[in-house]
Amino acid sequence: MSDGPLQVRGEVLSLRRAGAYHHLTLVAPGVAERTRPGQFVTLAVGGPESALSLRRAFSVYKGSPRGVYGGTVELVFAVAGPGTAWLAAQPPHTHVDVVGPLGRPFTLPRASASATLVGGGYGSAPLFGLAEVLRSRGCRVDFVLGAASQDRIFGALDARRMSSTVAVTTDDGSLGTKGRVTDVLPEVMSRAGTDVVYACGPMPMLRAVSAVAAAAGVPAQCAVEEAMACGIGVCMTCVLPVVGDDGITRMVRSCVEGPVFLGDRVRWDAVGTVPPDTYGAPPAAAAQAART
Amino acid sequence: MTRFSVRTVRAPDRAVEPRYDLSTRLGALVLPNPVLTASGCAASGRELDQFFDVAALGAVVTKSIMLEARSGRATPRMAETPSGMLNSIGLQGPGIDGFLEHDLPWLRERGARAIVSIAGGSVTEYAELAGRLRGAAGVAAVEVNISCPNVADRGLVFACDPRAAASVVSAVRDRSAPTVPVFAKLSPDVTDIVAVARACVDGGADGLSMINTLLGMAIDPDTMRPVLGGVTGGLSGPAIRPVAVRCVWQVHAALPDVPIIGMGGVRSGLDALELILAGASAVSVGTAVFGDPGAPARVLTELRHALVDRGFAGVRDAVGHAHRPSET
Repeated sequence: MSDGPLQVRGEVLSLRRAGAYHHLTLVAPGVAERTRPGQFVTLAVGGPESALSLRRAFSVYKGSPRGVYGGTVELVFAVAGPGTAWLAAQPPHTHVDVVGPLGRPFTLPRASASATLVGGGYGSAPLFGLAEVLRSRGCRVDFVLGAASQDRIFGALDARRMSSTVAVTTDDGSLGTKGRVTDVLPEVMSRAGTDVVYACGPMPMLRAVSAVAAAAGVPAQCAVEEAMACGIGVCMTCVLPVVGDDGITRMVRSCVEGPVFLGDRVRWDAVGTVPPDTYGAPPAAAAQAART
Repeated sequence: MTRFSVRTVRAPDRAVEPRYDLSTRLGALVLPNPVLTASGCAASGRELDQFFDVAALGAVVTKSIMLEARSGRATPRMAETPSGMLNSIGLQGPGIDGFLEHDLPWLRERGARAIVSIAGGSVTEYAELAGRLRGAAGVAAVEVNISCPNVADRGLVFACDPRAAASVVSAVRDRSAPTVPVFAKLSPDVTDIVAVARACVDGGADGLSMINTLLGMAIDPDTMRPVLGGVTGGLSGPAIRPVAVRCVWQVHAALPDVPIIGMGGVRSGLDALELILAGASAVSVGTAVFGDPGAPARVLTELRHALVDRGFAGVRDAVGHAHRPSET
């Protein structure tokens, strides 16, 4: 229980713009101490009388156990709807209910491995805490950051400070190489002699990164960003088809069994569906009837 | 002595509050307090136990258990709506074997009372589930989720047909241990909920749970297609609370001696009180858990204050209070 999630009354310490994103620092006593790279927190949004009744999940960018204001967690998010719009408009000292840390963190490699970290948009946020831990273990770290445009690349300066090399790609060519992260990833990996890939970003990116890693015979640890209602494992909404050690596909909760999965275990091409060979899948006829 | 202590409790003195008797009766089952989880919103209790002691609740109502393991439906399975949400999970779960092996023993060990929700596609399946539970230790009551399509009747939902609902309830009642109360969980998506309630009671239900979700749907204006993988889904959350209050009120008025577990959008102690005043003897906290994992424990504390502040001697004193003529 000591390592389990806490529910605490957090407080907005600061909120800054970071390109197209918002960088939120919350005082959340006890949460930072327990958080490991790859884990996430959920926030209640909209205030006590809000019509928004579901929590919002955010991966943790930084956790600082000690500080002038007590432990803080930092999150990076884009405004995507009324919940994140509310969050982006809160002045300092607003109280926000925080639950965390949640989910399984990234698994760390043996010491002195070469790790390549791939982030899409603000999906790069959890990779910087990971890079710090990897470097303290003597690992080589290389970054690949990609986004639609320059203002959507998050953390390029952080990346430069804590890695051997940084490659940036943008869809429109406004920063770095014009193209996708997977256009430059094979070259980065061969130069770095990559032993393990860590990735966080949109599903299509994770799917493509997993394929590149698999082709190179390297494991990929992918942190998924699935839509969640509760974040603690009770609602069963954030499931995706994942192959288990026994070779059987199950609909697995990304909040408690993820958000970090091995790239070659997720059936990326089937995300959004229940593959017919999934454990407990209905016969085709029953599936049809259930939709009516 | 007992009489005297009851009088002491009646004065709204917060100092004596921890000893305030919150016990409630659901047929033969007496619970230490009236706050429960809601089926499908607490799994089998383990996850919520990280946030509060699930054994401190009146009972844990489990996610609906089926005979076989189920993968559930395709994603997206959820859409947030004004003061609520739509879900289309498709009863993903381990099946009765996994439940009896892992979940029920855990609840029992933990000291929590388990109200086990069951769901099936035919009367035979429901009966078989009841039979499997009969031998299992730690089942405080059975809640029959009759909002499932009847495979033998073109997928018509049992809860929408009084006769089909009654036949399921009667089969479950027959196969369950006589001392274990059987509750039928009613759907609000019917023309006359009292008629379905009566049919279930005549079929042998010891009590009624209401309400299940309302069938709803959302379309994404960008993709211009249904949001949910399952197209339609169940609407829950504060948006449906007035429907729940109305259903509990109507059924309690018609069948005042039948115990009711009320649920539908409860997120505060006052919301729980509202359902109790309408006629519920216990209240389930469901969707509120998704927004606040500590909600059931918080609702219990708030409800205790609300009852004390209004001078009720206990929960039983407040059940159906809104039906009584006001003392003016």
